[in-house]
Amino acid sequence: MSNFPFLSVLTVAPLVGALVVALLPRRRPDLAKQVAFGWSLLVLVLSVLMWIAFQVDGDRFQFRESYPWIPNWGVHFTFAADGIALVMLMLIAVLVPLVILASWHDAESSKRSVPTYFALLLVLECTMIGVFAAADVFLFYVFFEVMLVPMYFLIGSYGGHQRQYAAVKFFLYSLVGGLFMLAAVIGLWVVGGKTFDWQALSQVDISTGTERWLFLGFFVAFAIKAPFFPFHTWLPDAGGAAPAGAAALLVGVLDKVGTFGILRYCLPLFPDAAKWFAPWALALALIGIIYAALLAVGQNDLKRLVSYTSIAHFGFIGVGIFAFTTQAGTGAVLYMVNHGLATGLLFLVVGMLIARRGSSLISDFGGAGKLVPVLAGVLFFAGLASLALPGTAPFVSEFLVLVGSFTVNKPVAVIATLGIILAAAYVLWMVQRTTQGTLNPALTQIDGMRRDLNLREKVVIAPLIALIVVLGFYPKPVTDVINPAVQATMDDIGKTDPAPSVVTTVQEAGR
Amino acid sequence: MSELKLPSIDYAALAPILIMLGAALLGVLVEAFVPRHRRHLVQLSLALLAVLAALTMVVLNSDDRLITAGSAIAVDGPALFLQGGILVLAAMALLLIGERVVERGGAFVAHAAVTAESPEDRRQAEGADGATEVYPLVTFAIGGMLIFVAANDLLTMFIALEVFSLPLYLLCALARRRRLLSQEAALKYFMLGAYASAFFLFGVALIYGFTSGIPGRSAGVDFATINAAVNESPASRVLLFAGMALLAIGLLFKAAAAPFHVWTPDVYQGAPTPVTGFMAACTKVAAFGALLRVFQVAFASASWDFAPVLGVVAVLTMLVGAVLAVTQTDIKRLLAYSSIANAGYLLVGVLAPSKDGLSGTMFYLVAYGFSVLAAFAVVTLVRDGDGEATHLSRWAGLGRRSPFFASVFTFILLAFAGIPLTSGFTSKFAIFGPALAEGRAWLVIAGVLTSMVLAFPYLRVVVMMWLSEPGESTPTVAVPGGLTAAALMIGVVATLVLGVAPAPLLDLATGAAEFVR
Repeated sequence: MSNFPFLSVLTVAPLVGALVVALLPRRRPDLAKQVAFGWSLLVLVLSVLMWIAFQVDGDRFQFRESYPWIPNWGVHFTFAADGIALVMLMLIAVLVPLVILASWHDAESSKRSVPTYFALLLVLECTMIGVFAAADVFLFYVFFEVMLVPMYFLIGSYGGHQRQYAAVKFFLYSLVGGLFMLAAVIGLWVVGGKTFDWQALSQVDISTGTERWLFLGFFVAFAIKAPFFPFHTWLPDAGGAAPAGAAALLVGVLDKVGTFGILRYCLPLFPDAAKWFAPWALALALIGIIYAALLAVGQNDLKRLVSYTSIAHFGFIGVGIFAFTTQAGTGAVLYMVNHGLATGLLFLVVGMLIARRGSSLISDFGGAGKLVPVLAGVLFFAGLASLALPGTAPFVSEFLVLVGSFTVNKPVAVIATLGIILAAAYVLWMVQRTTQGTLNPALTQIDGMRRDLNLREKVVIAPLIALIVVLGFYPKPVTDVINPAVQATMDDIGKTDPAPSVVTTVQEAGR
Repeated sequence: MSELKLPSIDYAALAPILIMLGAALLGVLVEAFVPRHRRHLVQLSLALLAVLAALTMVVLNSDDRLITAGSAIAVDGPALFLQGGILVLAAMALLLIGERVVERGGAFVAHAAVTAESPEDRRQAEGADGATEVYPLVTFAIGGMLIFVAANDLLTMFIALEVFSLPLYLLCALARRRRLLSQEAALKYFMLGAYASAFFLFGVALIYGFTSGIPGRSAGVDFATINAAVNESPASRVLLFAGMALLAIGLLFKAAAAPFHVWTPDVYQGAPTPVTGFMAACTKVAAFGALLRVFQVAFASASWDFAPVLGVVAVLTMLVGAVLAVTQTDIKRLLAYSSIANAGYLLVGVLAPSKDGLSGTMFYLVAYGFSVLAAFAVVTLVRDGDGEATHLSRWAGLGRRSPFFASVFTFILLAFAGIPLTSGFTSKFAIFGPALAEGRAWLVIAGVLTSMVLAFPYLRVVVMMWLSEPGESTPTVAVPGGLTAAALMIGVVATLVLGVAPAPLLDLATGAAEFVR
């Protein structure tokens, strides 16, 4: 089974599905939804099979495939996955079917073609899988850029208030980052002897000055994507305007491309530059944690609030990456997964609330828990997961990041810890103003607010809650996959851990 | 005076040029002897056949690497590749020019010189058949371009320049709608073009002076002599620099590089759209073909002298094109500024004098030609009662009215913006890669930065088409006739294929990337 070309099939399958869905007649929206959902389930099944076939103690990169593409430039369709990529692929495969199910009625309100919406979601899945599965820098860049197009149309065509502005801002920010990366990619190609193969490039010696410039080119692109402070201003707009499902994918997966890129490209390819820039990156991450959390506290728009919390969380991931310990690195990768689950859930739940109320402003709610108790409960749970309550999955990762960075850099860990307090503030206050307290009389006038979760929505939410709880108590299956890959990445930059072995810590944290 | 010797002429190698010029002459005869109602069909078929025949000859000659007709014409890899490119793009442009379904009588009027807005002019704009003289004119222009990219001395190059420029001046004046703009465009292009030609000719004279006095060689303006002179001429370097500068002005004018770009937006806007497409695609190939040959063959040894200046021109061109594109409200002017910016990127390629750089530049020229022709093909289709609706505000909501054409145009705009999986991305890579390898990092960075700026106007059009609500005045997209549809499809498919699988054309370009000297 391990000879099966999982990665290329996984990449192409959603694209084929998108074509099928796009060609379905516009008058039969239900058929399009069912086909899209079925197709994404197929991808999920395939991903699960791949997870099973992945050998935890095997090579760093598995499922490697390589086909020539543009021989003149040494470009190949090379796919390979390490543990980090594997967990991200799994996250995509889990989230997309749920998002499709959650967006069942989203496209109908926009007067635009329903099949197109679901086709775009599948195209997005194709590019997301491709970007994590690519092991050729050129191929990675191609997916990195093409990813913008479906997301642009998802936001721009199906989004809410201010969607045009948000879509253009999203596209331009990402494109600017992408073009910086393009310059660096070309530079890397020239100094690397005209090859794009990741493994060959990671062996190349680059002069210090060049290495720093190339690192910056990649880092700016990834920092915009992630986003890190001060490149973050597009995310609240995009997240606020995107339809809830697309926003869940945007924040849950798309943004992880930034942090994944730093782990896969910035650190192993430019180890010395990474060490040189690490203090700056840590500073940006810390500012992000505090600044975004403060802004989140002040938000009156639910989706913008969740977007700001994400920026704060990406600060934690940044701290985990640039602390350069295996614990912190594992924590960062685990954070990427858990944040995808928790924030994805939060976005989907918030989307359900907004769909009922017809407004995304917190001040339009108040006491909603009295009308839709189950939904309010789920929102509370998602909020708690997002603030990393012990027992939920994000706690494990946040703890690992803090422990891992404390061993090498105490001030950073201490400042980052402040973020936890602020997280409690923004989450709890948001929950309180939305679902607790006296019932806003306006809510009773709205039919939607009398309907609690229906079966479809429960099916969307249940797997995410289950995953968050299970991974909160027993993260070992995931950390086992991540750990060797992070270890290898730390070896690439030549950092060794000062602390005792990481596995025990993980288990302690799990209990 | 020694006895005059007739140079040997390799007619087979010159066949593409001779076919085009012959077909043009034949076209003039057709104009005189074929009845009016048949002329359109006969002329179009004649022109297309000639292009196909010339293309066949280019393919048959593809292994030629020789200098013939004295030292006037070099039939080598770059010449053949660019001739092939010009012919393919010209065939597409001819399809657009020959379209008569979209607008009654075609995109041209019968008489260019009638006073604009006079009753007579209005009558001919109403629906009388357009001039069929456009076909011989275009054929002459193509012939001139074929010589231009193969010219191996400056005088031949000058004559070729005039042969392809004069028909273009006239073609610009023939737009059926907005006659005044069209006539203004033609006059402007003619006046400035004439100045540019004069500069070029003056440059030739100075260079001729510079080449005199080399031991064992007589003075001349063929590229081998110039190259020798650059290395060992006893004459003052001032002659060389002044001559190079004047030559460059003449060529950069045709290439629409800043600060010699001022004509471009007006001419692109005023000219009939099929002619604009023809100029944007074919003239660009021809102009850069000549630039490549002049700077990489004749003046190769002086690259330390011209590279900084040309580099500044490249950056300026990119900046002017990108920044001014942002403020445009007319789609044709927007595409004109985008074409200026692309001239800047192409200059980066001219400044990367390696085999990769040359092949990358040639690849870029052809790939860009396909996209830009497809873009103008769409422009010819978006119309209302007054002809083409080129104001951007009129394109609002086009995605709702005609999703197919809006998708096609979006794809082309994404290609211009350099999004991967389009030829716009591969061609940028093909140019920036070798430029960086040649140590021209600052040009690449300027290129990347201006690409960011340039993405904004493209994106604005996409937003207009898809994300705005259709207004009262949103025009409809005309059902294209077979000819336009064919040209559009070729352009779009080429843009996609060259983005997804550029290897075959790159191989071809790499195989051709060596000048005979």
